[in-house]
Amino acid sequence: MTAPSRTIAFTLNGRPVTAEVAPHHTLIEVLRDGFGLYGARESCGQGLCGCCTVLLDGRGVSSCLYLAVFADGAELVTVEHLAAGGELDPVQEAFIEAGAFQCGFCTPGFVLMTKQLLDEHPDPSDDQIRHYLSGNLCRCGTYPQIVEAVKLAARKRGSV
Amino acid sequence: MNDTAFVSTGQVGRSLPRVEARAKVTGTAEYIHNFRLPGMLIGKICRSTVPHGRIRHIDTSAAAAIPGVYAIVTGEDIRKIIPDPYYGPAFHDQPILALDKVRFVGEPVAVALAADPHIAENAARAITVEYDELPAVYDEVEAVTATAYVHDVLKPAGTFADLKHLVGRRQTNVALDFHLRRGDVEAEFAAADHVFAHEFRTQQVMHTPLEPFVSVAEAANGAVTIHTASQNPSFVRVEIARLLGLKENRVRVRTAFLGGGFGGKLYIKLEALVTALTLIAQRPVKVSLTMEEQFFTITRHPCTFRIKSAVTKDGRVTARKCEVYYNGGAYADIGPRVAQKSGFAAAGPYDIANVHIDSFETYTNRPPAGALRGFGTPQLVWAYESHTDLIARALSLDPVEFRRRNLLRDGRPQATGTVMRDAPLAAVLERAAAAIGWGQPFDRGSGPVKRGRGIAIGFKASISPTASVAIVNLSGDGSCTLYCGTVDMGQGSTTAMAQIAADCLGIEAETVRVIAADTDVTPYDMGTLGSRSTYHMGLAIQRAAADAKAKLAALAAELGVPEGTNLPIAELFRRKYGAQAGNIIGTGSFMPSHKSPDPQTGQTDDATPYWMSAATGCEVEVDTETGRFRILRLVNVADCGTAINPRIVETQLTGATVMQLGFTVYEGMEFTDGQLRNPSFAEYKIPGIRDMPARLEGEIVTSRQGGGPFGAKGVGESGTYAVSPAIANAIHDAVGVRISALPITAEKVYRALREAAGNPLPED
Repeated sequence: MTAPSRTIAFTLNGRPVTAEVAPHHTLIEVLRDGFGLYGARESCGQGLCGCCTVLLDGRGVSSCLYLAVFADGAELVTVEHLAAGGELDPVQEAFIEAGAFQCGFCTPGFVLMTKQLLDEHPDPSDDQIRHYLSGNLCRCGTYPQIVEAVKLAARKRGSV
Repeated sequence: MNDTAFVSTGQVGRSLPRVEARAKVTGTAEYIHNFRLPGMLIGKICRSTVPHGRIRHIDTSAAAAIPGVYAIVTGEDIRKIIPDPYYGPAFHDQPILALDKVRFVGEPVAVALAADPHIAENAARAITVEYDELPAVYDEVEAVTATAYVHDVLKPAGTFADLKHLVGRRQTNVALDFHLRRGDVEAEFAAADHVFAHEFRTQQVMHTPLEPFVSVAEAANGAVTIHTASQNPSFVRVEIARLLGLKENRVRVRTAFLGGGFGGKLYIKLEALVTALTLIAQRPVKVSLTMEEQFFTITRHPCTFRIKSAVTKDGRVTARKCEVYYNGGAYADIGPRVAQKSGFAAAGPYDIANVHIDSFETYTNRPPAGALRGFGTPQLVWAYESHTDLIARALSLDPVEFRRRNLLRDGRPQATGTVMRDAPLAAVLERAAAAIGWGQPFDRGSGPVKRGRGIAIGFKASISPTASVAIVNLSGDGSCTLYCGTVDMGQGSTTAMAQIAADCLGIEAETVRVIAADTDVTPYDMGTLGSRSTYHMGLAIQRAAADAKAKLAALAAELGVPEGTNLPIAELFRRKYGAQAGNIIGTGSFMPSHKSPDPQTGQTDDATPYWMSAATGCEVEVDTETGRFRILRLVNVADCGTAINPRIVETQLTGATVMQLGFTVYEGMEFTDGQLRNPSFAEYKIPGIRDMPARLEGEIVTSRQGGGPFGAKGVGESGTYAVSPAIANAIHDAVGVRISALPITAEKVYRALREAAGNPLPED
């Protein structure tokens, strides 16, 4: 590809970074190929399954569709950041305790969307849970346990 | 050895979190999806655009001229290094890349290789192929008599005795015909009080694992290593060794966690292709499919099932005739096993004296079909449980009572003649009925919105006979490593196997390290399929642990340690070697007894080591003005013997329910003239969190499987069996119409309602 590349600068998991990106490069390619971050995964390639979810300025985006150049200046958080200090995030703890995953391929996306949900609605209703997680698919069908995990995470966050 | 002699030390039955839980929530669990090697090339596939045709010419020049393209590879290029490049578990019918002919839209024809995936993709699009189109066949019933033949000559792999008679057969699309004959159905039909006959159909659906199919290969010094998202690495090794003319020990196949499998990642998928590509390119090669491409790789069989029953006036089924047509698509994959292993249970879990079954696996010009969570069983249960419900309603019998009257009981022969043992069908049925509140009054709705309830029950035999081998390794500090070829694709096998090993050894399950399948180190296992691993691998692990314990006892005796001293393992090693050193290796293997069914009558007294059963109860609300329906409650009850990890079993049960809910009301591959119209999540909808019934429950019936490890057996598929007919039966109960072809859509319900009202809608 001879497309002109440009340098972008953004905050990745709390650190300032730069990357050389071509106009067609997606965010997930840059995270994978440039930074060795594999927690976001490309599955449907259409922004419909949520496996590639990352938080951009606090909001979940599909990194398989999001062009990397648009991340210039943004603050980016991937699942790898949540337990960066060695301590699991309450959302991660809750997913383990509720048994809210099977194959685990979709789990980072669900965990990040749950984090966004609880940041915006610390005590979410069932409808809010379904609304926020409607863009994440779990082919193993672990939805009942995921709902349980979200409620457990809300309680954990509320009590600290 | 008496396998039930183990007394549990409390590790089995614990609902501990999955041992890999932390890795999965932090995004660090290993999947082949993320695997890469230095110097690796990416392969992108150019696929057939016609359903059936002879390849006239492949023009690769424009693609090869794109800067950055390493090579363009066609079937003929592969034939130069692998003279007979056809693979498959039942038939050697599938070329690594199309040769001479294409047999379905989407079949791989050529591959573009480049270091940059975007360049490879552009190059794959620049390959042009000319075809001479041939007449095609798409329907499984038409395929039996059609004169369009998908294959010029049949090539059974030689592994299965019941396919030998098909060697060299021409002018047929039938890849297996299974027959079962018990008693005299025709005499019974002639004399019966009532005879009922129906036809039911299921649609083509796909596993859509969220980790799409992926394989990476590298070759050096006469050996090949394949890193692949595979459910049966041992099979891949044997098949690749056969294709390359190598000994097994020159082929290494390793896996990691699978991002879902559901039967899709079995046998050869991309493994032969990446192997051929790496041998041609002399560089490591990775092929990762897109979600769209998965639909052109493997699917669940569409099925047409004609079923006919003789019933006495007091509601006893005395004869049943089943004609089952499985649509196997262009390549057989494991389809012939589906037609046979499911075929013999096509009459359902009922005690019927006279049974006649013909089950056919057919070739058509569609994407291939293989195993998908149930191995043909959900298609059968859809038919026989819809049929059973219709009979009960026609005879004004309570549907649960009608089933109760006819259910197979332990000690009675199933249609093959194999006596049922440890199959608590009655308990499963009663529990599902009680859970849904069967027989109790409920709100049947008001105005245009009506409510109804439905129930269904299904069963399945294990795939037999198959072997598993395990190794338990105790190290100098006493820690335990388990080498086990069972692949964890989300079912929780890593945890369950650690629990079984730990229980036998009297240690904590969390301390056991389980080595993921890698044929260089893990011993043979037939495959992670057919809900076989807990039973077969579980028994192999029990035996390996017993072997290790016997060797520990021998070591203690050798060291003069008095019996019953209970010295820590590390101390035994220290006394033996004078340091933290040494190993004790315990090995174990298991293969059940089995007797092949008689080729004419399908009779055998040893069809399976165990039976699995599940029943579903459903409550539904139907809007009679639109046909829209809402599932209010779905309860799935299964028997798994002893639950090794009850929490994981329940999650599997509700998960399988959700998956089969998708196959019942949302999913369906739609074709026009062999062209798939909806190969993406935008148009092929799988269940999301908003699609969950208001109440979704999974329940285990406590039982004990004789011969199983700690009384356990498999449960991975059970939750899929009875969901579809339970929903159809509930809709019938609510509004009196019957949907006989999956998926059940609002449009179909509305059309049926209009037809029942004598005011049918015009066809499109």
